[in-house]
Amino acid sequence: MDNFLLKHNHGLDLQLHRSRPKSMNEIASQEQAVQVLKKALTSNNLPHLLFYGPPGTGKTSTILALARELFGPELIRSRVLELNASDERGIQIVREKVKNFARTTVTATVDDYPCPPYKIIILDEADSMTTDAQSALRRTMETYSKTTRFCLVCNYVSRIIEPLTSRCAKFRFKPLPVEKLKERIAMVCEQEGVQIEPEATNTLIKASNGDLRKAIMFLQSGAKLHAGEKIVASSINEMAGIVPPEVVSSLTAAWYSTEYQEISKIVDEVMNAGFSAEQILSQMHDHLVTDGELSAYKKAKISLVLGEVDLCLINGADEHLQILNLMLKAADIVTH
Amino acid sequence: MSLWADKYRPQSLDKLTYHNDLSAHLKKMAHSGDFPHMLFYGPPGAGKKTRIAAVLREIYGPGVERVRISTQIDQRQFVTPSNRKLDLNIVSSNYHMELNPSDVGMYDRAVVQDLIKEVAQTQQIDANAKHRFKIIVINEADELSREAQAGLRRTMEKYMTNLRIILCCNSTSKIISPIRSRCLLVRVARPSEGEIDDAMQAVAKKENFSLPHELSVKIADESDRNLRKALLTLEATKVQEPNLAQVQKIVKTDWEIEISNIADLIIAEQNPNR
Repeated sequence: MDNFLLKHNHGLDLQLHRSRPKSMNEIASQEQAVQVLKKALTSNNLPHLLFYGPPGTGKTSTILALARELFGPELIRSRVLELNASDERGIQIVREKVKNFARTTVTATVDDYPCPPYKIIILDEADSMTTDAQSALRRTMETYSKTTRFCLVCNYVSRIIEPLTSRCAKFRFKPLPVEKLKERIAMVCEQEGVQIEPEATNTLIKASNGDLRKAIMFLQSGAKLHAGEKIVASSINEMAGIVPPEVVSSLTAAWYSTEYQEISKIVDEVMNAGFSAEQILSQMHDHLVTDGELSAYKKAKISLVLGEVDLCLINGADEHLQILNLMLKAADIVTH
Repeated sequence: MSLWADKYRPQSLDKLTYHNDLSAHLKKMAHSGDFPHMLFYGPPGAGKKTRIAAVLREIYGPGVERVRISTQIDQRQFVTPSNRKLDLNIVSSNYHMELNPSDVGMYDRAVVQDLIKEVAQTQQIDANAKHRFKIIVINEADELSREAQAGLRRTMEKYMTNLRIILCCNSTSKIISPIRSRCLLVRVARPSEGEIDDAMQAVAKKENFSLPHELSVKIADESDRNLRKALLTLEATKVQEPNLAQVQKIVKTDWEIEISNIADLIIAEQNPNR
């Protein structure tokens, strides 16, 4: 029974997780962080760490790979405590669970791995911790620094309170450069036997915006959709939720109209197709910036409207009304 | 006696009448044995839930008929960190679970942290099950608070072998980008007026009455391309006037009439005499 389960487990292993790097050498980019962390492997010492950067840039992967290289697959269970936003992380937990874990000293070692005399507490998605819980960490971090290293992982460093950031070595994870993404995509394609059109690779890179996880996720879904065939650019666009360029240009073309009926019809059409308003806004913005016909003054005025509408949408306004509002205001600006 | 909109809901992917490309893709995916997390989005009445139900059926094969019977609504009780007791209605079967965490308002984070994680950590023990994973359908995902969404992030990754999540929402704008980057986005657009017309004719045929073409076009036009609304309007019209050939005006809901009255007043000339 056990074997059976195990076998299936492997069968279902997902591409995404299979391609998570196992060792420090396999991490796709982020040379600076990797270099410093490699030193930790040899020198038996490590500062508290703070990783920040946009999603899909390898923050969690890096710290997990480091932990694995430090302790090996066996010890990692007793040496590493991983808490993420799916765990309760209120002040109570910081006071009890984290503190208790931080307090214990460890000595056991395993051959082949450095096994330095400290434990690692990984606080993933630390920006979703409350300020109170973060403050409770302050003393814990200092008091038990002999036996425990903390690694905070977050998207927005500004949500981490100052006293915590000043106790950590900060590493910014940059979005992956195009070449690296290309390299990785090619690697995954080769290992998984996925065929992809060169043009689609470019679309994939553009759609993922430096987010490697997104890119691999799209690739995997694309491989499922086109089982055995080549992946084409249009299906990548659909998966990424990108509004087709024709739709955006039909919207921007309507700016030159003075007829309410006409504009309202186009807006109805687009909103009924179910596109996300946020995505429309961002693509309309890209279109606006590169537009050759409008004067800079008009562009600036339309940008202001775009900003206002974006704010309204974030506050939870109705998408249809906001897009209609945006279109009418833009048309007013363009035609006057 | 159920409403037509529910009674004639297509049960399988093959029976869906529009977005055939999408249905074909979903089918391929369901048969491939592996399955990503999915995020269905689109305006109301476009057929998102119908598609999700059809996909579930497709995945869990012939056993699904039984799934529907064993489907039951149960109430789950759990306690928030602040010792508050909450109740949540869940529709579940052996293979899937459907819930609506936004029902509990600001405590939705507790649902994600307790309930979903509990399911995620349980392995499928039925050796005959077709797949090792369970599916959790989260409705109204755009109403989830940011904290709850953040709580989903690692759960979605870590327990990938035990769990797939299908999110259903009206717009992706309110879904945080880390969740979006973990899901396959599926856009369900509203059907065109012609497709609504076809669907209504099909229902009319099954209910054994003839639906005049002019009327069905009129209803399709009135319903803002919302299929559910169109079917409800059709049913209401039929109940009020069994002979559809004589129908001149379509029954509107009270609030629609009320709102159009107000709008008329706004447009009308404003003077002190009124």
